[in-house]
Amino acid sequence: MGNIIWIIPAAPLIGSILLGLFGARWSNRWSGFIGTLSIVISALLSVAIAVHWFQDPPVDEHMRIMLWRWISLPEYSSYIEFYLDPVSLIMMLVISVIGLLIHIFSTEYMAGEAGYSRFFAYLNLFVASMLLLVLANDLLVLFVGWEGVGVCSYLLVGFWFHKAANGYAARKSFVVTRIADVAMLVGILLLSNALGTVSIQPMLAKAALLWPHGGIMAAAGAALLLIGGLGKSAQFPFQTWLPDAMAGPTPVSALIHAATMVTAGMYLVIRLYPLFALVPSVLTVIAVGAVITILTASLTALVQRDIKRVLAYSTVAQIGYMFLALGVGAWSAAMFHFLTHAVFKALLFLSAGAIAMRLHHEQDIFRMGGLRQKLSVVFWAFLIGSASLAALPVVSAGAFSKEMILASLWESPGLGKWLWLAALFGAVLTATYIFRVVFLVFFGEVKTEPTGHYGVRIVVPLVLLAIAASTIGWLEMPKFMASSSVFSSFLEPVLGHPATESTLPHWVTAAGYIAPLLGVVIGFGLYRSGYWVRTAGPVGQGNDGGQAERSMGEGVRRFMRAGFGFDFLYDRLLVQPFLWLVKILRNDPIDAIFMSAAAAAMRFHGALRRSQIGQLRRYAGMLALGSMAVIVIMVFA
Amino acid sequence: MTYSMFDVVFYGAGAFSVVTTTLAITRTNPVYALLNFVMSILGIALVIFVLGAPFAASLEVIVYAGAVVVLFLFVVMMLNLAHLKTDFGVKRGRSVRLAVPGVLVISIIIEIGIAFSGRFGKETTYHIIGPSAVGRQLLVADIIPIELGSMLLLAALLGAFHLARLSPERGRQ
Amino acid sequence: MINLSWQAPASLAIILFALGLIGLITRRNLIFVILSIEVMLNAVALLFIVAGMRWGHPDGQVMFIFILNLAGGELALGLVLLLRLRARITTLDGDSANILRES
Repeated sequence: MGNIIWIIPAAPLIGSILLGLFGARWSNRWSGFIGTLSIVISALLSVAIAVHWFQDPPVDEHMRIMLWRWISLPEYSSYIEFYLDPVSLIMMLVISVIGLLIHIFSTEYMAGEAGYSRFFAYLNLFVASMLLLVLANDLLVLFVGWEGVGVCSYLLVGFWFHKAANGYAARKSFVVTRIADVAMLVGILLLSNALGTVSIQPMLAKAALLWPHGGIMAAAGAALLLIGGLGKSAQFPFQTWLPDAMAGPTPVSALIHAATMVTAGMYLVIRLYPLFALVPSVLTVIAVGAVITILTASLTALVQRDIKRVLAYSTVAQIGYMFLALGVGAWSAAMFHFLTHAVFKALLFLSAGAIAMRLHHEQDIFRMGGLRQKLSVVFWAFLIGSASLAALPVVSAGAFSKEMILASLWESPGLGKWLWLAALFGAVLTATYIFRVVFLVFFGEVKTEPTGHYGVRIVVPLVLLAIAASTIGWLEMPKFMASSSVFSSFLEPVLGHPATESTLPHWVTAAGYIAPLLGVVIGFGLYRSGYWVRTAGPVGQGNDGGQAERSMGEGVRRFMRAGFGFDFLYDRLLVQPFLWLVKILRNDPIDAIFMSAAAAAMRFHGALRRSQIGQLRRYAGMLALGSMAVIVIMVFA
Repeated sequence: MTYSMFDVVFYGAGAFSVVTTTLAITRTNPVYALLNFVMSILGIALVIFVLGAPFAASLEVIVYAGAVVVLFLFVVMMLNLAHLKTDFGVKRGRSVRLAVPGVLVISIIIEIGIAFSGRFGKETTYHIIGPSAVGRQLLVADIIPIELGSMLLLAALLGAFHLARLSPERGRQ
Repeated sequence: MINLSWQAPASLAIILFALGLIGLITRRNLIFVILSIEVMLNAVALLFIVAGMRWGHPDGQVMFIFILNLAGGELALGLVLLLRLRARITTLDGDSANILRES
């Protein structure tokens, strides 16, 4: 079974190459077919491998499939090698299956767009890179996939490159993640230098053997890799690129900037968790950073007008939850939240895209309204997604994963209780902001009349994702409900046994279930009182229009709307000094030195040129003089 | 110190060629200059003969006095000197113009004299190196340089042929 | 057996060379310039003969022949160029043939 695993990333890669080479000449229908077919192959194989795995798990619960030797040096060699264990199997399944649904959705969503085949070429390339990332056995191959998804993200955010703002957003996402990637590369080199290998499993074994608990080398390596992960996952302090990345087409936002790529950072930490487990200080940093991320992102999401920006900030916040779980060592909880989040966030984004399709690409939630009857399919899909995001109890997948995280927070020592409280507050906020969107978009009077209709390729992915979003949580339930722990026991060989829930007081569990309901109630209450509409803020994103009343509350809201001023801060701290430097270097002061040499040469040339008078006799005399000198040198020297 | 016949011939011919060369380079009329040049070449040929190189002496007469000077005469005729200003008059600062080459030439002579003095021995035995020895050296040992020389001549031939073709559109400019 | 010093003929060659050089540098008429070059080549050829005599070796005459070769080629091209130049300038003044210069 394992020897065909290479087809899983290869199929989208081949699809991408074919589309890149011939897509411009193919019809849109054929491009979409090829682009989807390659993912179908990947998805079917992934499912087949997963089924096979369940029936007959391999020895030691992992498979290593070596393809070929990549780099061969005297004391070092790197192989293109795949490593499949329950963690990467789940990642692979999510990427290929959700990728498939989003591809199907895109074939209809992107119909009539210029660059249809280009879109599928990029999307296929992304899936190939992402699969390479999760299947990689060593950090070098992982890094290749890591950069590959970064490039695809750049290309797809800037897909409509005719608008300057999209190009800016693409560059921003690329540059911010690249800064983090440099740290990650340094971390990889550090680890390979210190441990002599980049192959993950031997490296982790060596690290655990050689480095003491909390050692400085382990801390440095873990911290550097963590920076890379934070950048890719848009966590504090790198969170600013993700909302701008919403400039890309909505399926891209669903696939790359919600379901898969942005969780690569979490995957990295889980993959290397023995290394992180060595350094509790780094874990604490992860947890605290995650709390900051959750709270700022949730508060920002609360005041956005643009539906995609709300979802973007909610993505940041939900990945924050995953990192929070990582920060307290609840690896399988993070994985579980990744799984549910991938499903419900893809669902939410696709629903948003489906709404925008029918409303002339309107994304402002205050111009929508009353869509409950008009777009009932999307309403139910979005409602299920929102319930799952808000973690409404029992009916949604998100409830179980979030509950698992909250439980592990409560049980963790040290800061655990405070983290639990912050996470609980975040859960209230999450429910509030997402149901604010639900109420504004689907209830009240109609503001923009929908046009057109949905094809089957829109509805089927939505329905499938909605079913998954409401049922997938049953894989893992708390003990007092059904005592189902399929998921964590599946991951147990890799990630160890999750913390038991025996010591959890009942009121803690109850609080976790009540918080989202409270959030929904707040959202509804403020909707009924018209508070959301009153505080809608100026049209456009984040910029202060100046016409709003100068009250304290509006000032705070404006600050929140602008994402807590991180963009402003980075602009002042990093971008402006850089531009200043560029302005200085524009006239190239170093070059002036070289130009002065050139000017001296020119002057010398002018002087020499004056000697060229075109008089034969003088030339002859000079020749004679030169011969004299040569004779002097030859004879007397 | 007695003077042999060889010495007499050598010094006589050498002085003759120096005088005629001086005359050749100072004439204003090119034809007179060429006649003096022929005389000087005959003198040099005699010197070469005395030095024991009869083959080279005959070549000197044939090639220089024959071919080269005749070629010169052809060109002088083709230049149509009657309609060409050849006397440029004396310009100001002539003395300076003569002084510079004078100093240059004198210093070169002194330099070569210093370079030669006290080297290569004083006396030499007298050999006549006949055409056969030269031919053997030339056509057996130096066959490659001979071929290179022929290529040089070929290049000169082609160049002369090309340049001498008067193209109306460019030649009349 | 006759003994002959090689210095005297070498001096003759040098004197001829110097005369040719003087002619080359002082004369403006291009016919005389080429003539002076011939004189100088001739002088050098003579010097080779002297050297061949000094060492009793045919190489001096071989070099003489090569110089004849060179002189022939040089002369042919030089005279043809002279003819071509005649079409451009009205005199044979070498100093006026500086029309390639831009100013």
